[in-house]
Amino acid sequence: MIAWDLGYRYLHWGWKFPSPLQTYQAFVDGFTQGHLWGSISASLRRLLISFVISIAIGTTLGFLFARFRFFDQTFGFLVVALQTVPSIAWLPFAIIWFGLNDTAVIFITTIGATWTMSMASRTGIMNISTLHIRAAQMMGTGNGFRMFFQVMIPAAFPHLMTGIRVAWAFAWRALVAGELVAKGVGLGQMLQDSRDIGDTASILCVVIIIAIIGTISDHLCFKRLEDKIMLRFGYIK
Amino acid sequence: MIEISNVGKSFAERNREHYIALDQVSFAVKKGEFVSLVGPSGCGKSTLLNMIAGFEKAETGIIEVNGHKVKGPGPDRVVVFQEHGLFPWLTVLDNVAFGLKQRGLSKKERHSIALEQIKAVHLSKFIDRYPHQLSGGMKQRVAIARALAMDPDILLMDEPFAALDEQTRSILQKDLEEIWVKTQKTILFITHNIREAVMLSDRVLVMSTQPGKIKKEFIVQAARPHSIGDPLIHHLESKITEELADELEKVVREEMGDEYRIKKNTFSIPSVDSMGFGI
Ligand SMILES: Nc1ncnc2c1ncn2[C@@H]1O[C@H](COP(=O)(O)OP(=O)(O)OP(=O)(O)O)[C@@H](O)[C@H]1O
Ligand SMILES: [Mg+2]
Repeated sequence: MIAWDLGYRYLHWGWKFPSPLQTYQAFVDGFTQGHLWGSISASLRRLLISFVISIAIGTTLGFLFARFRFFDQTFGFLVVALQTVPSIAWLPFAIIWFGLNDTAVIFITTIGATWTMSMASRTGIMNISTLHIRAAQMMGTGNGFRMFFQVMIPAAFPHLMTGIRVAWAFAWRALVAGELVAKGVGLGQMLQDSRDIGDTASILCVVIIIAIIGTISDHLCFKRLEDKIMLRFGYIK
Repeated sequence: MIEISNVGKSFAERNREHYIALDQVSFAVKKGEFVSLVGPSGCGKSTLLNMIAGFEKAETGIIEVNGHKVKGPGPDRVVVFQEHGLFPWLTVLDNVAFGLKQRGLSKKERHSIALEQIKAVHLSKFIDRYPHQLSGGMKQRVAIARALAMDPDILLMDEPFAALDEQTRSILQKDLEEIWVKTQKTILFITHNIREAVMLSDRVLVMSTQPGKIKKEFIVQAARPHSIGDPLIHHLESKITEELADELEKVVREEMGDEYRIKKNTFSIPSVDSMGFGI
């Protein structure tokens, strides 16, 4: 903090990088009169929508990959390739298909999280012990929905949880990247708007908020949940 | 009632074309009968049991349970596995009630049936625990309770006590015998412990290996409950041990070459005070 302030004073960053005081002021202004709250909630809303969609699609895809060899060798291979494409690369398509709006942002955010989730769930489901599958079959789950929801999902839980955490981080990244370009209200848009008027204090303020939300959600939500459940079921001792 | 006629099974192997695991196996288990299957490791006991359970398909021959051809796993034939196979994400109570839930019973109904079965294996105090919080013996009891809660006609048990220490094992044997007497289930029981087989069964089937076949049948004519002190039991135990020693020698010779010979007396009759004889 002190080094930052000294740097600002003696290295003459001027408007290119804000001082701690300016940043603090930007926080206060943003929360009291600016649209920081609105931006945060708009971003989180998009994030949650995309996140839920990608977890659902990812888990289903993973199940299909684990279950059907043919599907795995064709589409599964494609997914591995798609995984390496940064989701922002899909933005031009998204803009052509949906326009410069929410849907486009949600689309690329969803894409950003889906592939990694599907790979995690594939691994998780493939690693379920035959013993559990057989035990379930003989107790009459059949091989359909009941098997999926009552046995496969909980049995694959450790891998799914890892997938969920990585998916969240990926979605968060893709979201901000998408919002930088799209119109509307959101943290990414705020970064872009602040750049337009040269308000570096607000930029830094948003960056800090992004980091804080990312950390809090991972540590306080997912990590906690994961540890609790893993401990309870004896996945970790 | 289980009827197995001319059942065969082979597995594809990389270097050889086919490995014949089971060849022309035929036997029947009557309703309410307790039959044990013993044989050297790798002779196809588990494969046979998995086919009766419907997890694997018979290549040749017919497997019928209560007059119906086995097509897949079903709640009329429940397996107790060597490694319990309980679901780690469910409590003892929910594990035992799992099969009843699939049957569509209400929560109240299935919990009351499950509690009854848990009581029968003396675990009433532990219904809220998760499997990882139980000892090996307790897990195996839960697995038995889970099987019994389904009220199947047939119990298939694949070395259910093999991973347990001797004390726990003998307690569970007693419990199982009690349960069997009370419920009159048909039980097919796989074990490596000859004393266990003789103590529990009405009939012991000895398998030979390469290919897996039923080699000999021993009927345990001793009065129930079987006791170790009974000379009939003791005599039978040594006869089966002898039978198996021949078989085991064959396995070792196959694996290590002809020069390796087991001295017969290595496999002499176990003394009365020993805790049974494993192979
Ligand atoms: N899926 C499989 N693929 C190839 N070979 C198999 C397969 N399952 C079993 N086998 C072979 O079939 C034979 C019989 O196996 P099985 O597990 O039935 O033996 P077992 O009598 O139960 O042995 P153990 O007493 O050690 O449990 C073994 O030689 C094994 O290698
Ligand atoms: Mg076996």
